[in-house]
Amino acid sequence: MTQGFLVTNRSVRWFLMALALFTAVVAFGSEASGAGLVSTSLVKTLGKTLCLCLIAVAMDVVWGYCGILSLGHFAFFGIGGYAVGMWLMYARTEGIVMSSLQAQTIPPTPAEVSDAIGSQIFGVVGSSDFPMIWAFAHSLPLQLLMVVLVPGFLALIFGWLAFRSRVTGVYLSILTQAMTLALSLYLFQNDSGLRGNNGLSGLQNIPGFEQTSQATISLVFFLASALALGLGYVLFAWVVAGKMGSVVKGIRDNEARVRFLGYRVEGYKLFVFTLTAVVSGIAGALYYPQAGIINPAEIAPIASIYLAVWVAIGGRGRLYGAVIGAALVSLLSSWFTGGGAPDVNLGFYRIQWTDWWLVLLGLSFVCVTLFFPKGIGGLFDYIVRKPS
Amino acid sequence: MLRILAALILSLGFASLGQAQDLQPVLQSHASEIAKPSRSSVSTALDALVASGLPQVTPFLEAWTDKGIWQRDADGVFFYGSAKGSDLTLRDVDTDAETVVTTNGYTELRPNGGVRRVIGTALVQFQLSDPDITRRLSAIDSIARRPDADQLEPLLASIDGEADRALKARKIQLANFLSASFAPTVADRITAIDSLSRDTSIEARAVLNQILSTKSAVATTLPEANIARTLTPGDDLTVAEAYDRLIAADLAPPVIPPAAIRDALAANIIDGRVGGLPTAQLGTDAARAQAYAALAAAGTVAPLVTAQDQTAAAAQHVFYEVYDQDDAAITDAARAALTSVETRVAAARFADLALDALSLASIYFLAAIGLAITFGVMGVINMAHGEFIMMGAYTGYVVQQFVPDYTLSIIIALPLAFAVTFAAGVTMERLVIRHLYHRPLETLLATFGISIALQQLAKNIFGTQARPLTSPGWLDGAWVLSDVIQISYIRIAIFVLALLFLGLIILILNRTRLGLEVRAVTQNPGMAASMGIDPDRINMMTFGLGSGIAGIAGVAIGLYAKVTSEMGADYIVQSFMTVVVGGVGNVWGTLAGASLIGFLQKGIEFLNPSNTLAAQTYMVLFIILFIQFRPKGIVAQKGRAAAD
Repeated sequence: MTQGFLVTNRSVRWFLMALALFTAVVAFGSEASGAGLVSTSLVKTLGKTLCLCLIAVAMDVVWGYCGILSLGHFAFFGIGGYAVGMWLMYARTEGIVMSSLQAQTIPPTPAEVSDAIGSQIFGVVGSSDFPMIWAFAHSLPLQLLMVVLVPGFLALIFGWLAFRSRVTGVYLSILTQAMTLALSLYLFQNDSGLRGNNGLSGLQNIPGFEQTSQATISLVFFLASALALGLGYVLFAWVVAGKMGSVVKGIRDNEARVRFLGYRVEGYKLFVFTLTAVVSGIAGALYYPQAGIINPAEIAPIASIYLAVWVAIGGRGRLYGAVIGAALVSLLSSWFTGGGAPDVNLGFYRIQWTDWWLVLLGLSFVCVTLFFPKGIGGLFDYIVRKPS
Repeated sequence: MLRILAALILSLGFASLGQAQDLQPVLQSHASEIAKPSRSSVSTALDALVASGLPQVTPFLEAWTDKGIWQRDADGVFFYGSAKGSDLTLRDVDTDAETVVTTNGYTELRPNGGVRRVIGTALVQFQLSDPDITRRLSAIDSIARRPDADQLEPLLASIDGEADRALKARKIQLANFLSASFAPTVADRITAIDSLSRDTSIEARAVLNQILSTKSAVATTLPEANIARTLTPGDDLTVAEAYDRLIAADLAPPVIPPAAIRDALAANIIDGRVGGLPTAQLGTDAARAQAYAALAAAGTVAPLVTAQDQTAAAAQHVFYEVYDQDDAAITDAARAALTSVETRVAAARFADLALDALSLASIYFLAAIGLAITFGVMGVINMAHGEFIMMGAYTGYVVQQFVPDYTLSIIIALPLAFAVTFAAGVTMERLVIRHLYHRPLETLLATFGISIALQQLAKNIFGTQARPLTSPGWLDGAWVLSDVIQISYIRIAIFVLALLFLGLIILILNRTRLGLEVRAVTQNPGMAASMGIDPDRINMMTFGLGSGIAGIAGVAIGLYAKVTSEMGADYIVQSFMTVVVGGVGNVWGTLAGASLIGFLQKGIEFLNPSNTLAAQTYMVLFIILFIQFRPKGIVAQKGRAAAD
């Protein structure tokens, strides 16, 4: 089935080949492999970019194919990051606490260990008790399950409520934005149990691999991100290619007509919404160990809007467009804001890109929407003539 | 003979005149009581001073209690005096003439504490009836600050003679406070307490709470006392708390905390074993307890207090709270009065909350009404609306840089902000939105692009720090209705502004040609166009109008919040909610939405005052649920936007 699917979808093959080539180049050029052509920080940046590409692909499916402009997928991304971050933080703190308690003549009781970990983690918000949501933080498999379950469940409930009452279009966008806002406001509280605006930190240190160098760890995460992007891409390409894909696209183009044809529109929408939310969670779980820190500002509504911007610039309704958009804009963004771009001297004024990048992005975004509704991906239509 | 008589009469006349005007003779006639006063003897001197009715008496009494009176040993004359080293500056009690002498031959009067209190009471009586109203006010304030039983009688005595009505009311109120706490008979106190049940001031509540103050206590049996309530361990307080009270009352041995157990065990390791257990096994609480029990049995450490011991000890005692006031009749009356006061205070709080909510609602209304107009008429959601608010606020700031008079600058800023944002809105409509009418979701994204560009532009121009938009002086301060209900004038002004705009918009929509055309385009653009209305022009005008109102809202918001490049982003989501909850394209819907959100937010904040973030979270959740039941908002719209 998948074999045949890959044969019939040339773009998927091309994409996988390009991704494999890119991954191989970076992997062999990285410091971990000895070549040292690609610095560890660049490997991290590229690995993070791959995760952003993955969530952009998910966003493209939900928006470009199903027509739901969700302004909440970055919330799922953040939840995935928090879920894995809780284990990383717990396990690392446990290691530190255990080694300091080992020095005592009397072995510690479980209560003492948990108290010590609690006061280490929650000291910044003036607490030392573990909240309920940390109940599974001691176990990696359970917490990985949370990466999938929590975004999936949240998307299921929210989507069911929204689609059931036929909230569509701009209303739905605002509603998803409200959800994101509620979540980030909740996480900003100190008593949310997730360290308020301090967020979770030190996530780049992987418990059990303290001796392994960051170069190796970052390479492993880079490869994992590439693998996840590849798998996610194939999964979504398969979803949107089949008969179901036709129904989903039909919903985008004319929801009422699809409903009148007898399809259960709500079910399809809910499936797409939940599946993309789960993939977003996985992308987040891979992203934040590379970023090292997660805090509620990451899932503020603006982040989800940027996600839509990437997809729109890359080109909606084509998965590789989302990848191109996310990679291009996020890399350009860090190049410009990181001071990489040279200043432009106009004689009477000196344009410093750290200040003017957002203006440029905003205006180019307006231009793309106005003049290139198909985005950068639309350029490929000129290169590749589609067989009619 | 005649001469002698005349001299006598004259001297008598002078003497009597002197008695009427000078304090010194009065003081001299009671010199011994004043120089060496005792609590019993001083009152005769005071009575004489009071009876003289001289204006110099008050400063003299003040100085007397402050040890500022000196007596010349030679003739017993009294002076005001202040000593510096051996120098003594003397001032005559009547003429204020100053002389500097050495302290030799003068004695400072040092009344003891009891005497000073008696003098103080007399002094209060003087000050309370002083012809100068500021002195009377300061006397009242000093009584309010340090209420004392002795002040009650002079206070009551001064009420009848009080000429100023406000001050008289204040005196009566204060007399009630004092009687409630200090009146000699129980009946008087209860009458005073009852009268406090209509007083919602913080002072009255403090008086009642002070009467009702309690002490926590513990005993084996409940003593005969005015018990406020008894506490049952397990229900009213935890067993651990109960046990802590027993420890504090020395009725039980202290609990040994886990850390102390660990330290005790660590201190008693012999050959790698403690109490018969190898140290490696002490990783559980049970093992530690066992080892510790063994140590305790050997007498090395204090015995462990187990949870059962604590429960048993707590069960053998009664925990209660006892009133400091012995008389149950008084505490009952005070409790009843306090309950009644609290009901009144709660009602006042509710009114205050409603006022707060109203002002918040008017802010949301101002911020959202422009958005609602554009969304309703054109089906276009303008993400840059928040940046138009910001633009308006910065316009106000810039105007204030040129026009230093705050009142004038606000009057200039309001129409100017409208003009600036009107122009910005029309430009945006012409350049961008016009091309995207058939793609509403993309309008959202394009306007978002404009929004981030504008925000960054403002940051580049004005910097990241907040800029002040100062309100005119007559808008400072607050309208205080009572201790509980008050509202700042700025909020009232914003409320008035919101009302004004509500009226103006309704007027424009219902009474003008433009309004008629706008309504026609809203309901059916195709039909409107065939009737000769130019939808293009209407769209442009509507967008300009909506943006212009955002600019004015910006000035209003900037007056009470700081102007930053991100201020628009703070209001944009709230504005969306207001529009969506209220129903699109309808002024009344926006009003309903703003009121709902404003009142809801304040209500949640009231229930959870410590946490405004939580309030916002719950409000957003509520709105998400609300949309489930009324997807088209409170006032559902018919027409073009209703179709999507």
